[in-house]
Amino acid sequence: MRRVSKIAAAGVVSAALALTATACGSSTTSDSGKPSSGGSSTASSGGGSKAKGVGMAYDVGGRGDHSFNDSAARGLDKADGELNLESKELTASNGETESDREQRLDSMAAAGYNPVVAVGYTYGPAVEKMAKKYPNVTFGLVDSVVDAPNVDSMVFATEQSSYLAGVAAALKSKSGKVGFIGGVQNTLIGTFDAGFAQGVKDTKPSVQLTREYLYKTDPRGFNDATSAAAKAQGMLDKGVDVIYTAAGLSGDGSIQKVAGKSGAWAIGVDSDQYNDPALAKYKNSILTSAIKNVDVAVYDLINSVKKDNKPKVGTNTYDLANGGVSVSATGGFIADIQAQIDAAKQKIVSGAIKVSSTP
Amino acid sequence: MKKFDKDRALLGLAAPVLAVLGALIVTGLVLLASGKEPFHAFHVMMTYGSKSDSQVYILNKATPYYLSGLAVAIGFRMNLFNIGVDGQYRLAAFFAAAVGGSMSIPGFIQIPIIILTAMVVGAAWAAIAGVLKVTRGVSEVISTIMLNSIAGIVIGYFLQDGRLGVTDKLASTVTTKPIPSGSHLFNFTTQTDPVVGFIVFAGLAGVLYWFVLSRTRFGFDLRSVGRSESAAQASGVSVKKMVIVSMLISGAMAGLVGMSTLLNQSYQFSTDFPAGIGFTGIAVALLGRNNPIGIAIGALLWAFLERASNGLEFEGYDKEIVGVIQGAIVLAVVIAYELVRRYGLTRQQRQVGAELAAAGSVDKQEVTA
Repeated sequence: MRRVSKIAAAGVVSAALALTATACGSSTTSDSGKPSSGGSSTASSGGGSKAKGVGMAYDVGGRGDHSFNDSAARGLDKADGELNLESKELTASNGETESDREQRLDSMAAAGYNPVVAVGYTYGPAVEKMAKKYPNVTFGLVDSVVDAPNVDSMVFATEQSSYLAGVAAALKSKSGKVGFIGGVQNTLIGTFDAGFAQGVKDTKPSVQLTREYLYKTDPRGFNDATSAAAKAQGMLDKGVDVIYTAAGLSGDGSIQKVAGKSGAWAIGVDSDQYNDPALAKYKNSILTSAIKNVDVAVYDLINSVKKDNKPKVGTNTYDLANGGVSVSATGGFIADIQAQIDAAKQKIVSGAIKVSSTP
Repeated sequence: MKKFDKDRALLGLAAPVLAVLGALIVTGLVLLASGKEPFHAFHVMMTYGSKSDSQVYILNKATPYYLSGLAVAIGFRMNLFNIGVDGQYRLAAFFAAAVGGSMSIPGFIQIPIIILTAMVVGAAWAAIAGVLKVTRGVSEVISTIMLNSIAGIVIGYFLQDGRLGVTDKLASTVTTKPIPSGSHLFNFTTQTDPVVGFIVFAGLAGVLYWFVLSRTRFGFDLRSVGRSESAAQASGVSVKKMVIVSMLISGAMAGLVGMSTLLNQSYQFSTDFPAGIGFTGIAVALLGRNNPIGIAIGALLWAFLERASNGLEFEGYDKEIVGVIQGAIVLAVVIAYELVRRYGLTRQQRQVGAELAAAGSVDKQEVTA
């Protein structure tokens, strides 16, 4: 009997403690005043000598994903360093709903961060809504288009860089068989597929291209290295000796398999994967990477808002001509064919070659 | 009839409260170890989580968690581990969205049709596990986990352009056809974002759960099978039938999980439809001890923690801290319940022993006298 009361007392005391804590919380809230007109609630921790900087909303994976979130982060770091800004970075988690994404943008816009950059096409609808709510804040949206006067829609002509990757693959393949692995069969990955196929065909029509997708619709395709590895192994077994993988983090699995076969080459995507510390072991098998310079786009936007005071808005396409996409030459594996790649690049820039964006 | 046992009620409350407290202590230690100040973090969580727009968010987020918790709890009461709520609600929401998007009739007819579709699909998917268990003795734990995976593949098959999906030109995502605006469920407007109307249905489901389980013959049968299959069998309850029926009800309840998102927020099913709520439901049902009010509190706590993680991230803490708290709560809850259960058992034994001893000594006195 006595022990019961002891446990019960412990429960009651801790419940009371919890309640007191709540009371503390709400009183502090009322001290700090009403929530801002934006409806968001977050008191800013800012201040100090630095100016309110950029609000970055990353896609799942966030800073440190060795892929396009990291690329966006590089643009931010560069701008932060030059302009002495204090920025805020928030990251999406798995299984989010629309309201989570809206809240993330809302809280940063309300706290005074400008521009607010949303990394990834999933933010499209949220950016559209928040751009209406905060007409004086400039929003950046990577990989999708929102038609609003204060939105910078950054789209990348990845079919152009993939075309150059195709040129390199066709020239480097000894077996005459090259492969493409896509993470998810959607329009975005379709641009990689189409550009690569066209590059291969224009360079050496005799080269045979195998295309595989990991998933039809499931976004898991960007985070499933095991199934990418299986697909790559299947291709290698059939004699394919250059594999281009456009599948986010899944690409690591494919690169790993390719590195296991001497004479085979992997082509990386989004970032210069030769320099990726996670892939350092396999870097001598990474022929080149089709790079999407999200950092250039992000830096451009921040600069336009913070330095020039003339926000860059509208749909801005980043392509080979303005350095928004490119292929890397790190490692020097494509030094012998650089001339042909440059020639192809010139033709695309001048418009002599039109690269299709649908497979 | 039943005397209210104050000690037992307190004991029941003590376990979850102690579990949450224990989780906070663990989290505090983790924060300390990573060189952060724990009390400020808790303070941030409290202030951020109690703001008006946070409250709305918490209610909206807790609605599917609550339904998921109920769905899991129905199985738990019967000693069935329905791990498959996740697949059941996703498949249900998908087909409900497909049905909803293909019709354009007045909302007061269409909304019930959408909800019914979801319940039927959820129940049918759960029934597969039930039938396998009854006819072939397949453990429902294994079959429901596998069915989760299969549900994802089935959705992936149908959610394609030309089947049940349409491709969004800009966003390169595939969705079902959006449900016409006439069939959007009502919302409660607040100063900030609206509160989902489906919360009413969730509340009704909770009342129904309580009534059916504790006030009907069926509920009694279900609980008795959960306590002891052989005893239930001996008293004339068909265990096989109960397994199937309770899986059906659990699956139908799971079908409701995705409805607040579908009817109040997204109006369509796309590849980014929230996943994993079925597993949250397991934690919530554990925390709430399968009690409808306890599950509600668990769901609200879970939603609060997730909301607070945004505040933490904004203040420069790692939002993963909330994951640590949630994990610690689940572990602590299991431990705390077991401790309290054992304690309750020894207490009962001691009481019975004391009563017997008292009775025995009376007997002896009579004999000696």
